[in-house]
Amino acid sequence: MRHLPYLWTLLFLTLAVIFSIAIGSVFIPPADLGRILVGWLTGAKFPEPLKTFAFIIASIRLPRIALVLLTGAALGGSGAAYQGLFRNPLADPYLIGVASGAGLGAVLTMSVKWPYSFWGLMAVPAAAFVGALLTVFLVYALARLGKTVPTTNLILAGVAFSSFATALTSFLMLRSTGELRRAISWLLGGASQAGWGPVLTVLPYLAIGLGILLLSGHALNLLQFGDDQAQQLGLNVTRTRTLILLAASLATAAAVSFSGIIGFIGLIVPHVMRLWFGADYRRLLLLSIIGGAGVLLLADVIARSVMAPQELPVGIVTALAGAPFFLWVLRRAKNQGYW
Amino acid sequence: MLRIENLSVSYGPRHVLGNVSLEVNSGEVLALIGPNGAGKSTLVRAVSGVVAVQSGKVRTNGNDLLSLPPMQRARFLAVVPQVVSMPPAFTVWETVLLGRTPYLNFLGQVSVRDEEVARLALAKVDALDLAERRVGELSGGEQQRVLLARALAQATPILLLDEPTTNLDLHYQVSFMEIVRTLAHTDGLAVLIALHDLNLAARYANRVALLVAGKIKAVGTPRQVLTPELISAAYHLPVQVVSHPFEDVLLVLPDNH
Repeated sequence: MRHLPYLWTLLFLTLAVIFSIAIGSVFIPPADLGRILVGWLTGAKFPEPLKTFAFIIASIRLPRIALVLLTGAALGGSGAAYQGLFRNPLADPYLIGVASGAGLGAVLTMSVKWPYSFWGLMAVPAAAFVGALLTVFLVYALARLGKTVPTTNLILAGVAFSSFATALTSFLMLRSTGELRRAISWLLGGASQAGWGPVLTVLPYLAIGLGILLLSGHALNLLQFGDDQAQQLGLNVTRTRTLILLAASLATAAAVSFSGIIGFIGLIVPHVMRLWFGADYRRLLLLSIIGGAGVLLLADVIARSVMAPQELPVGIVTALAGAPFFLWVLRRAKNQGYW
Repeated sequence: MLRIENLSVSYGPRHVLGNVSLEVNSGEVLALIGPNGAGKSTLVRAVSGVVAVQSGKVRTNGNDLLSLPPMQRARFLAVVPQVVSMPPAFTVWETVLLGRTPYLNFLGQVSVRDEEVARLALAKVDALDLAERRVGELSGGEQQRVLLARALAQATPILLLDEPTTNLDLHYQVSFMEIVRTLAHTDGLAVLIALHDLNLAARYANRVALLVAGKIKAVGTPRQVLTPELISAAYHLPVQVVSHPFEDVLLVLPDNH
């Protein structure tokens, strides 16, 4: 029964992927979906309308699904890691300022006119990525006290820098004469670019970030007992903390830079996984990665369909659905005492 | 055995420990007593390497413990902290297995042998039946025993305990100290235990060290250290020390006059 949690979450993810492929401006019946899959595997030619469906899936839906899936995985995984690292149930990928740093970088770049080319399109995510990483290093340096980095310092520095960056971002946006819509929709989490370019760009960062996180389960388990005990049990606390923090921030920064600021996934998914499947981080990290991917895919389906053909930024959906759900989970969990 | 040599610790300009030297032999319980703020907890933290020391050494069989990486140090020395808050969702079994960390890889994969050691550790503190329970459901006394079992799973020759009995009721205090004494006497551990309760120190320690304002004032048998003069001066309170009417132990009582 040890693998049952993985089976459930994988099943959920598979269903979410099928939903995402089927639903959109053109509905693709699941039966056709199966036929297209068989056709791809056997190399058969498609009659209409399967040919059109196959084109839509391959060139529009799959790249988008891949990006959303990776973003959700990054947010879920890094959310679990941040909660464990700070031993704080309210910690999420944005707590230490990753999001506001990314936002500042993105808006700074958007206030400049870029040529409409691949690099012009890549400038915003690149700047967001740099902004997020610079923020992590800055916050980390500010919070540092000698050889240690106390959690409280880290959170305080993160919150303070966040407010600063957010204010600066608002100021820039108010002053800008350019295209505000794009900046706003990015900040709300919905600047999804088309094609495989973004997917391939974030993939290496996510692979490194999430890969390190998946190896850190035991260390995070130890850290739940506090830094002193973790070290007395044999963990090199400062080094491990730094590694996990950087890995989680790398994953978040990569996700944020292409998908914008998407709240609540990193907060809720690890919570629910913990409630359902226990606190062992060796398991929790992977479950949160899979679960985060599935939940964000569903949110994306909703964002694409409620106002079709217009798209809602997915961040609005996650916040609208996530906040009440979070409160409900908290109420239910209150009596059990697991946060 | 554990040898602490001239250990000094400062928090900023404040000297918390000044030239503390102590020896704890294998098979003995050394109780560390002293008023609040004397530096008992700091001594435990400094010896276990989580507080930076200004000067001094901590040795065992020629190894300089403070210069070792945490992983290796944790094979010589285990610490039982005071139960303040434990992550509630962990099970007792998961918690005790964490004691095997010094022998595991970064992923924390445990072997059958690790599980055997953990099971034995739970048995020694009489908590085998708690294994599947979640830590958050346990009483303070049970949690404290789980932390002791986790330290025993580290299989170290040295055991440090930081005021483990503070939050326990009388029954748990006594049974906990019985276990600790047995561990020292039958398994040959060198046990250094910081204690609030002077009567527990008198009853269970082979030797007692009195720490006042970061300095060791006296070390010796309970009879040598728990004298009215030393204790009254250390705690700024007149005390009487009397012999137990039926047993060969001392009782320290505040003097009402």
